[in-house]
Amino acid sequence: MAKHGHGPQGPGGPGGGFRKPKNIRATLGKLMRYLGRYKLHLSLVALLLVVSSACTVGGSYLIRPLINDYILPGDFPGLAKMLAVMALVYLLGAVCSFGYSRMMVHISQTAVANIRADLFSRMQDLPLKFFDSHTHGELMSRYTNDIETVSEALNNSFGSLVSCALNFTGTIVMMLVLSPALTLVTFATLALMLAVVKTIGSRSRRYFADQQKALGEINGYIEEMIEGQKVIKVFNHEKEAREGFRQRNESYRDAATRAQMFAGMMMPAMGNLNYINYAVTCCVGGLLAIRNGDLGGLAAFLQYSRQVGQPITQISQQVNTLLSAVAGAERIFEIMETPPEEDQGKVRLVRAAEDEAGTLTRVHRNTNAWAWLKPDGTLVPLRGDVRFDRVVFGYDEDRTILRDISLFAKPGQKIAFVGSTGAGKTTITSLINRFYEIQGGTITYDGIDVKDIAKESLRRSLGVVLQDTRLFTGTVADNIRYGRLDATDEEVEAAAKLAGADGFIRHLPQGYQTILSGDGGSLSQGERQLLNIARAACANPPVLILDEATSSIDTRTEKLIEKGMDQLMADRTVFVIAHRLSTVRNARAIIVLEQGEIIERGDHADLIAQGGKYYQLYTGQAELS
Amino acid sequence: MTKKLWPHARPYALWIAAGVACSAMEAVFELLIPLVMSDIVDVGIANGDQSFILRKGGLMIVLAVASLLFGLGAAVASSIAGMGFGANLRRAEYDHIQTFAFSNIEGFSTASLVTRLTNDVHNLQMSLMMSMRLMVRAPVMLVAALIFSVRISLQLSSVFLVALPLLAAVVSVLLVTTGPLFRSLQEKTDALNLVVQENLAGIRVVKSFVRGDHEREKFRQRNDDLKNTSLRAFGKVVINMPIMMLIVYGTIIAVMWFGGQMVYAGSLEAGKLITYFTYITQIMMSLMMVSMIFMMLTRTVACAKRVAEVLSETPAITDSEAEIGKDGLPAGPADGSITFDHVYFKYSAGSPEWILEDVSLRIPSGSTVGILGGTGSGKTSLVSLIPRLYEADKGTVSVGGKPVAAYTMERLRESVSMVLQKNTLFTGTIRENLLWGNPEATEEELWAACRAACADEFLERMPGGLDADLGQGGVNVSGGQKQRLCIARAILKKPKVLILDDSTSAVDTATDAKIRAAFAHELKDATKLIIAQRVASLQEADLILVMDGGRIAAQGTHEELMETCGIYREVCQSQQEGGSTDG
Repeated sequence: MAKHGHGPQGPGGPGGGFRKPKNIRATLGKLMRYLGRYKLHLSLVALLLVVSSACTVGGSYLIRPLINDYILPGDFPGLAKMLAVMALVYLLGAVCSFGYSRMMVHISQTAVANIRADLFSRMQDLPLKFFDSHTHGELMSRYTNDIETVSEALNNSFGSLVSCALNFTGTIVMMLVLSPALTLVTFATLALMLAVVKTIGSRSRRYFADQQKALGEINGYIEEMIEGQKVIKVFNHEKEAREGFRQRNESYRDAATRAQMFAGMMMPAMGNLNYINYAVTCCVGGLLAIRNGDLGGLAAFLQYSRQVGQPITQISQQVNTLLSAVAGAERIFEIMETPPEEDQGKVRLVRAAEDEAGTLTRVHRNTNAWAWLKPDGTLVPLRGDVRFDRVVFGYDEDRTILRDISLFAKPGQKIAFVGSTGAGKTTITSLINRFYEIQGGTITYDGIDVKDIAKESLRRSLGVVLQDTRLFTGTVADNIRYGRLDATDEEVEAAAKLAGADGFIRHLPQGYQTILSGDGGSLSQGERQLLNIARAACANPPVLILDEATSSIDTRTEKLIEKGMDQLMADRTVFVIAHRLSTVRNARAIIVLEQGEIIERGDHADLIAQGGKYYQLYTGQAELS
Repeated sequence: MTKKLWPHARPYALWIAAGVACSAMEAVFELLIPLVMSDIVDVGIANGDQSFILRKGGLMIVLAVASLLFGLGAAVASSIAGMGFGANLRRAEYDHIQTFAFSNIEGFSTASLVTRLTNDVHNLQMSLMMSMRLMVRAPVMLVAALIFSVRISLQLSSVFLVALPLLAAVVSVLLVTTGPLFRSLQEKTDALNLVVQENLAGIRVVKSFVRGDHEREKFRQRNDDLKNTSLRAFGKVVINMPIMMLIVYGTIIAVMWFGGQMVYAGSLEAGKLITYFTYITQIMMSLMMVSMIFMMLTRTVACAKRVAEVLSETPAITDSEAEIGKDGLPAGPADGSITFDHVYFKYSAGSPEWILEDVSLRIPSGSTVGILGGTGSGKTSLVSLIPRLYEADKGTVSVGGKPVAAYTMERLRESVSMVLQKNTLFTGTIRENLLWGNPEATEEELWAACRAACADEFLERMPGGLDADLGQGGVNVSGGQKQRLCIARAILKKPKVLILDDSTSAVDTATDAKIRAAFAHELKDATKLIIAQRVASLQEADLILVMDGGRIAAQGTHEELMETCGIYREVCQSQQEGGSTDG
């Protein structure tokens, strides 16, 4: 089973931040589709961005006439007027800036919520194969890391990137207007700044990669050790656990220190290069001002020269965020573009009623009878007749798990599968409900090829109690009701009684209303299995699949719930996988599997008489592993 | 909280001081530059003195370079201090967790401990580093800029009397209103992630019951919730910037107005006025930075609280009552005898029912004890008290004639070896895992233990044998093989008491019997407690305990129990007959 929690990067990692996106253009295109429905909003945002940049840049220019034309000559009414203009320009700038940020928040948060919803929705349609080949941690990190970075980028980076670019261009233009000579000085400094960004940037990226690796290692170690903490205590292994931790902790510290040092140098380097630029501009500007006396121009230019470096620093900071957002978006879209489960089935499951003459009619109320509705409108009664005809299957194309399996279960029969781990027992049951697609042969259900049955209908007709007992956060009743969402409280309790779960549920602090959290962690494995059986009982399906459903229930409790189980299995076709041979003894047919092939079949007495593998297993001469 | 965290930063106190000093000096040098600029304007340009301008220009570059050097110094010092503090804190937290009893671990939950060690510490170390860089810089900037502005013109500086309180008010209102919003944002995110996590873990259940739409609906609610909260939270945050900008610009305009008049009147020089603008921008920028830091710190405070919680957790079980032996070292149990004297136990003080109620029993050293009982009858709890994984609430548990608290945990657990129900193997080779039992075990001892646990057969077939790699969590071996390796690991300790908690459930009956036979031979003197569901595994035990509802319902040998104990008979029958009642 896949491990929970976090991906290979570990929980602390910014998560794939330094994986370069493969196809920026295509991914941006897809992202734009989410923003597409806000075309009007976006053009308004663009307009507001331009206005707000123009105001910021233009406002500073006003310093020149203020000083040259009003302050120095002492024109105070003019000064007042000019200041009023300046105030208006700034006010407009601030309002526009507020406007576009506010709109961006709305657009980006809605888009992100839509992306999240689409991602989750698509995941519900993906085949199990997909979940087998990705760890939970990996998939979780799509939500926790990737969507987070996309959200961050849409929220801040896109807006500020555009506004930085606009400000930068505007500032350069204004500087050229004010003094082409001084602008040359600035260009020289800017070139220097870019060089610094490049050198520090590339080194710091390398160190960051080291840091991420060390971080992944220490987080992985922490996870494994804390999860095995109880074993550590039992074996007095604390000292060694500390030592292993200390080494990884120190190498992470060293890598992180190096990476952060370089990243931290960027700001003072850029800031102070800007000051050197300021100093040189002062000198050259001062020398020029002696000649032309344009003091206001110098003041405005100085203001610009302090602003011009900022966009570069900001862009260099945002580029990483943006790149990792694009890489994150790429991973998200990768999942969204995974083909969903194949489902071309047209036959649907409907409620039916049988009149005295024995003809079936479709009804829209709860009856005990079900029928298959074929596309041509005919009804076929659901009986639970399942047949495998020379089925071939492998999880990978080139590794066959099941070879040439043929078997049949007649309505109401109990069929048991016995065999070692990996023999293919669970695989067979996963094929009936089409969790996986077979590579050869056919599986029919009441004479209909399962491929022709709509998956949703197929699965509704089958109740599965899985080996892996999963519970969801919610009340005990909610968890049982998961089998049938419209079950009444009475039906839920009846199902629990049938499964023998009623007793322990009543001992829980709030009975059926007790909240289970953390996968029902407060319950024992056996109790969780009872709840799983109750869930299937609540669903009341025509066909049951029990995959090691009672493996953790002690034999005495198993004995106690036997009556309920018998009642549950009565008149249904049941497939049973059990480790404990005592549970399968009474099956109509026992199928012994080995390495994907049926090696023996028959009822208990037959198989014992055969004296083969089953006999060996039953008498404890062979091992089931 | 600070009291808990500071000791881990103390070793870096010098670096912190150096970083703070560097940051401060960087800010001061930066602020000196505009002052020199005003000289250029007021003296150099006014007098047309070219060499003065060049000299002052040179001075400005020197100042900028000095500021650069201090800035680099701050980057270096803050990285060393921040990352070092993080490493120390992580280690202290981790080491502290090593002293936790089982109940402490369960109180926090494993997942939460992992987050507190990873995300939370990461956040704290970054916060310390960033605060050293910005937190110092901002106030120094503010104070220095204020001092310089006041020195330029006291009169003009009165604009700050209006601007600063206004700004402070805006920032604090924003902080107060957004703080709770961001906390709730975090909660909504957690709620959403929980749905995803459970969906992923239970994808087979979801698909079997065709609950895709149900799950989508669950997700949609959480997603809408999250969206609305983030719209409100971020919607508030974006007000921050424009309002600050307005205040800054308002101040600039006010300075222009009053300053302009002063320049004309001759009480202020034009260059000083230009410098003044620079300072205003500087002051306001640093205030913005402070407000940003505060936002970051609200998250950090939550992390610090969570880490401090772990650090201040008192281990539920300590060695405080351990006795010192004659040789001055803590002694271990003399033999493997076990007594329970009216023992009561429950996992949490708040729960109304006892898990173990008035349990008394006496097990002589070297005997084999079988424990049988239904789901939730208290079998695991009973044996967990012996290596003192939990502490009895009432009554005493003794091993080797003395209460378990009289030994240090290390000595006690050296003598009491337990194979847990949910057992773990760790990343590494089989050998590395086995050596947990006894780091000094020789090759022969390792193989002997494997033979006793019947692990030798598959080890011999395995490529690499003892040096085969287990993969993370022991994924490269089957359930039955894993159980046998865990037993071998426990045997290597050469314990006086060996406890197997349903440890052979995935092993077939024949091997199970072989393992038990090996125990009788290899661990002759050790007391063996075996919890099992198969009666066959317990039948030959010297003593069988039948647990029911937290009490010992019956005890005796197989034969005695068959006669006297109804429950026991029932269990035996259920296992012998299988499901013959089914038609």
